[in-house]
Amino acid sequence: MGLFVAQLLTGLANAATLFLVASGLSLIFGVTRIVNFAHGSFYMLGAFIGYSLMQVLPGMFGFWVSVLLAGLAVGVIGVIVEILVLRPVYKAPELFQLVATFGVILVIQDLALLTWGADDVLGPRAPGLKGIVRVLGEPVPKYDLALIAITPFILFGLWYLIAKTRLGILVRAATQDREMVGALGVNQAWLFTGVFFLGATLAGLGGAIQLPKGGADLLMDFNILAAIFVVVVIGGMGSLPGAYVAAALISILNVFGVTYLPQSTLVLMFVVMAVVLMIKPYGLFGREEVAGEHGQVGEPERPIKPAGIAVRLLVAFGIFLLALLPWFGSDFAQVLTADVIIFCLFAASLHFILGLGGLVSFGHAAFFGGGAYVAALLVSYLQTPMEVAFLLAPIGAGFAAFIIGWLCMRLTGVYFAMLTLAFAQLIWSLVYQWGEFTGGDDGLVDIWPAAWLNGTTPYYYFTLFFGIGGILILRHVAHSPFGYALRASRDSARQAEATGINTKRIQWAAFTFAGALAGLSGALFVFSKGSVFPTELEIGRSFDALIVIFLGGVKTLSGAVVGGASLEYAKDFLTRFEYWRLTLGLIIIFVVIVAPEGISGTMRKMAERVGIIRGREGDS
Amino acid sequence: MNPILEVRDLSKSFGGLKAVNAVNFKVAEGELLALIGPNGAGKSTCFNMLMGQLKPSSGEVYFLGENLVGKFPRDIWRKGIGRTFQITATYASMTVIENVQMALMSFHKRIYSMLPYAHKMYKSEALEFLQMVGLADQAERHCAILAYGDLKRLELAIALCHNPTLLLMDEPTAGMAPTERESVMQLTADIVTEKNISVLFTEHDMDVVFGHAHRILVLNRGELIANGSVDEIRNNPMVQEVYLGGGNLFESEEAAS
Repeated sequence: MGLFVAQLLTGLANAATLFLVASGLSLIFGVTRIVNFAHGSFYMLGAFIGYSLMQVLPGMFGFWVSVLLAGLAVGVIGVIVEILVLRPVYKAPELFQLVATFGVILVIQDLALLTWGADDVLGPRAPGLKGIVRVLGEPVPKYDLALIAITPFILFGLWYLIAKTRLGILVRAATQDREMVGALGVNQAWLFTGVFFLGATLAGLGGAIQLPKGGADLLMDFNILAAIFVVVVIGGMGSLPGAYVAAALISILNVFGVTYLPQSTLVLMFVVMAVVLMIKPYGLFGREEVAGEHGQVGEPERPIKPAGIAVRLLVAFGIFLLALLPWFGSDFAQVLTADVIIFCLFAASLHFILGLGGLVSFGHAAFFGGGAYVAALLVSYLQTPMEVAFLLAPIGAGFAAFIIGWLCMRLTGVYFAMLTLAFAQLIWSLVYQWGEFTGGDDGLVDIWPAAWLNGTTPYYYFTLFFGIGGILILRHVAHSPFGYALRASRDSARQAEATGINTKRIQWAAFTFAGALAGLSGALFVFSKGSVFPTELEIGRSFDALIVIFLGGVKTLSGAVVGGASLEYAKDFLTRFEYWRLTLGLIIIFVVIVAPEGISGTMRKMAERVGIIRGREGDS
Repeated sequence: MNPILEVRDLSKSFGGLKAVNAVNFKVAEGELLALIGPNGAGKSTCFNMLMGQLKPSSGEVYFLGENLVGKFPRDIWRKGIGRTFQITATYASMTVIENVQMALMSFHKRIYSMLPYAHKMYKSEALEFLQMVGLADQAERHCAILAYGDLKRLELAIALCHNPTLLLMDEPTAGMAPTERESVMQLTADIVTEKNISVLFTEHDMDVVFGHAHRILVLNRGELIANGSVDEIRNNPMVQEVYLGGGNLFESEEAAS
């Protein structure tokens, strides 16, 4: 009994941080509709800045002042990010801003590395709260009790701010209808900045307040990201009490999980989330989104046509050049180009559901890594011949997409995106923690292609055939009745349903199909590397694909392919430098600001302006 | 003669509000039936129940003897009912003709095929439908830049694709210039007469209603208050009260909000 209570208290104490960070994310999303991936970075900055301040401000007073100052400092950083990076792209198509926030993550990672070094920092104990208290015989740190006591006040303060003050009324009004608030004369730009300040401050406070418990390190940003998304989704987007209840639920489950089911700690959170969303699709305290709220921003997409003869010749010529590569390129060039092709196929498969279907998935890595793991497991345990394993990988990934798609399809918009992220994380944590079967962190090794594909050049041709083949299949299907039905479901579900199209089933089928092709790219990947590790299932993988699609341009498949190729080559080049993340992050932010329609979209616009291609009729 | 559509005791409540209360009517073969009534009378609610978008609180909808209640819009469509929307719904990323081709692909159950090129499928058929509504010369234009009246015509073409027995048109002329209203309605009347399609439509423009409807239903506050020929409705004192005299109608609406 004593242990039980002690663990309950630890869980509640941990919930303080989670709640602070998650409520900030929820506020920012509610008002600006920006999914702020950089929120974990704000949290990390809060921890590091708090740590530095505590070095110079001694005593109990110094500790709490440091926490507050760290929060405010991060708030100011949030304002800078909002003004410099996000303000120029508010008018861009929906979700495009998340690419910018991803650039911010990279920049902050390297800036933190530059400032605080690569070593983990141990947080100072809170002065005056160093000891423990015995609760029913079990030791509980005094600091935990302090956190438990403080959190309700923070919740109340935030609730008061949102429910009772003028700023709060504006925030709630903007959450429901941005345009209307703008039309009523509220300066939206400053409202957004204000909300960003508040949200970032909360994240910074969360980072600083957990210092005595967890310290600070450079992986904090990604480590908390999944958890705060889960909290926001379980609690219900935009609900503060929901965020608190969900944070407490997750934290307490986590503490008990560590004790009773140590292999399941990472999985548990996502299982809870999946269960909650099955029962309450919009979270515990969330309300159903008003339809049309997420209406497409920007101009409608243009009709597509199969490529003309000139473009076909150009593509054929490009493939021909790729086929010639082994004659004039080094082994390294072949390996790199194979990597690029694999990544392009992965990005193209995400583009299929995202671009044509309007289904934004944050968890597409599940099927890339899933395909790779299916093949690797078959080879490792059943000595399956490579050819068979290679064929079964896309089928396995497609099957995973079939199941996950079925579970996610009831939701739309950002909720759908979050749920796909959660399932991807579920698969990742399963693979990561089920070490005896999947190899865990050590991965699975010795997964080599069959003898006839041994060597760089044969496998390069194999990759070329299946990689380019997969992309061409995706392209063809986009022009088939199935691709049209998918676009119809996106353009007007109302009309599609009224003319006999089961839109959800079409989207589900497309999700499965895209998953299978992502699995194909995963299979190509695992046999080219000879090994697979859980990183291939990570959030970062999914984000890579998302970023290249948005950077390349959502509207065309060529955008995904061009973007994919650019990012892979750029990464290969940049990772030779020490601070490559900073550079890459700045490049991403730069592209986002300069070319808010993506690289290919903007190039097309420019070409139209100077008259190389004929513009769309009626364009002004 | 058996009716095409028969609505029996159809009701819908939203909380305490009875939006539609025990409505009964029939649509005969080849009939152009207008459903009119002031704003908030329950016309759209009625329509959405007929098309399966809303589940009725009680009552039945029989189409050719089969109860439609509980069926999805897409299944009701397949039984032979087409519809157009009050706020147009078309596929903005496609060309005009592709919008029609999409409906034809769905009708021929080809939406899951991945091999053929969609833009080549049922093209001549689609062009015929566009010709019917006078859009053939705009077939290759991008749907997103079509004039509003042309979007309405396009919706009509889409709705005709599966050779419907019954067409439900929710305010077919809303948002159009007066001259265009008449031409679109005349076009609709010509097509349905030629193809022997029955039509149930809602409309605010009385010129359109009196000029084209064979019979008129009048809905007020969820209740069917009149059902008769054009002349009968024109001279019905209750209808005149609702449309002309009823100052209290608007008062009560204000009080309710």
